[in-house]
Amino acid sequence: MATTSLRPCGDFRTTYKADQFLLQTRWIAIWTMLAIALLGAAPALVDGYIVSLMILIGIYGIAALGLNILVGMTGQISLGHAAFFGFGAFSSAWLNSTTGIPVFFTIPLAGLMTTAVGMIFGLPAARIKGLYLAIATLASQFILQDFFARANWFSGGSSGSLAETVTIFGFPLDSDERYYYLVLFWTLISLFAVANLKRSRDGRALVAVRDHYLSAEIMGINLTKYRILAFGISSFFAGLGGALFGHYLGYVSAEGFTILLSIQFLAMIIIGGLGSVMGTILGTAFIVLLPQFMEAFTGGMLDIFPNALAGLASGQAYIKEMSVGAAIILFLIFEPEGLAHRVKLIRQSWKLYPFSY
Amino acid sequence: MNWSLLVQLLANGLIVGMLYGVVAMCFVLIYKSTQVVNFAQGEFLVLGAWVCLWFITDMQMPFIVAFLFTLVFMTLFGIMIQVVILRPLIGEPVVSVIMVTIGLSIFLQALMNWIFGNSAERFPQVFETESVNVAGLNVESAYLMSLVMSVLIMGGFYLFFRFSKYGLAMRATAFNQQTAQSLGISVRQVFALAWAISAIVSGVAGIIIGMVNSVSSSLAIIGIKVFPAVILGGLDSIVGAVIGGIIIGLLENFAEFVDGQFLNWGNLFTIAPFYVLIIILMIKPYGLFGTKDIERI
Repeated sequence: MATTSLRPCGDFRTTYKADQFLLQTRWIAIWTMLAIALLGAAPALVDGYIVSLMILIGIYGIAALGLNILVGMTGQISLGHAAFFGFGAFSSAWLNSTTGIPVFFTIPLAGLMTTAVGMIFGLPAARIKGLYLAIATLASQFILQDFFARANWFSGGSSGSLAETVTIFGFPLDSDERYYYLVLFWTLISLFAVANLKRSRDGRALVAVRDHYLSAEIMGINLTKYRILAFGISSFFAGLGGALFGHYLGYVSAEGFTILLSIQFLAMIIIGGLGSVMGTILGTAFIVLLPQFMEAFTGGMLDIFPNALAGLASGQAYIKEMSVGAAIILFLIFEPEGLAHRVKLIRQSWKLYPFSY
Repeated sequence: MNWSLLVQLLANGLIVGMLYGVVAMCFVLIYKSTQVVNFAQGEFLVLGAWVCLWFITDMQMPFIVAFLFTLVFMTLFGIMIQVVILRPLIGEPVVSVIMVTIGLSIFLQALMNWIFGNSAERFPQVFETESVNVAGLNVESAYLMSLVMSVLIMGGFYLFFRFSKYGLAMRATAFNQQTAQSLGISVRQVFALAWAISAIVSGVAGIIIGMVNSVSSSLAIIGIKVFPAVILGGLDSIVGAVIGGIIIGLLENFAEFVDGQFLNWGNLFTIAPFYVLIIILMIKPYGLFGTKDIERI
């Protein structure tokens, strides 16, 4: 027992295996369990509106995680993520209505279908990168959007398609509180999968491609394979999130998956922190809650100064949009590493208090 | 086959293509001298058009005065954007620089919709005759003016880069920033100048397009349509931008013709350039005139 009391403070790891462990200290494990338990109890604790926001954060968070694999880990910029998100939503509804497979299973199947499409649209990545790739994905956004509006057999064309409610063994998940658990389930699985991917061989290969693709190739990493694989994985999560989104709304229409949503996904991961799993969720929460906050804020200002700010009332919708743009700009200028970095700094100063050296 | 329709559409394509070329040129100018891809180019167009319209209708200025005031405004605007937003991001990774211009574009779009409203407004009649007959084709006079303006702007660019001191400084900076700096060129001024010129010319293009169609936030789509043109020509070639713009303009109208005559799909002309874009990127990633990146470890 004497050795344990002489253990140096801080977490020192003496083996590679310990270094790769997912929950690195006992406290991290405890906090994670506590957070999961709290999230599980959330519908009983908070009111319905907050639950609906949490569902949205979960759904967008899954898709944003996918984008973070592509942009944050592999360094390939995608401006077409919303199109894949939409493809997932449509294909789940389509699979369910044509083949009759229960919705619970079409959701991951839709993810797989989106993976295939994502890998096709990722093919240009075999040859190009950086800006050129960003512009190619912009093209895929428009092409897929056009496809949604045109393909009546698949998406119902301009009238959209209906997505069934999810039932598990005849038990319908028809209220927000019930659907919440399905979203929570998939969100936790996605978080776990991506956190694991980061410490696997494939994950390290993706990071190597981002950091220096020539050196990565020399080390024996198949560039084409990993670049397209990154698109595939990222599209899987986009499709999964999209399918959950479609069945949550019960109705899928092509108008919801524009370039603006693609930009919002990018904003989520940039504000959260590129390449960070927890950061992605933080960033998603930020982008989902920001418009709500701005609405409450302008509403509050209007109550205090009803006369001086009369013009504000008409501009509330625009202020919400502007705040997203402004958040992106301000974060990039003042906190380019995102919320994840800020959280890390706070944790560090807490840990080292009062002697922060 | 309806030949006269085809010729008419191709003539339109040429004129619209020249405008794309002008906008693409602004885009390439910023990319070449500051390595920034400006996703807010479309909003620059809309801003120019709205500001000019505001000077005409609300301030009761004659068109020429309003036009000059708009140029001054766009100059200041371009410099301000560069100094306030882009300067802190010099040296940041590509994704940050792309995202900041995207953020700017969202911000500006919402702001302009708020200030100027989101319904389309027409410019007051500037020309007496609605359309002129050129070699058997019916051409709107606004189109004719846009053609003349496009050629003038392109000529102006050529003269500026060929003969003026600042043009030379900009070319030197585009070629190699460090060398240019060591020769006494202020790279900061060159960056600001590039954004100012780009904003001015985009503003002019916005006014022209606003006169041809009408002014609304949907003009910003041109900022997106410019991408196929720019990629086709090569991201860093000004000549390529013009040629790419013309090809995309022609292609768009040709697609509309094929669509209207044979396919009846409805909106092929908006999407055709993007298919072309993907094909070009697969076959010839650096475009027709772009510089090929040679990387060393």
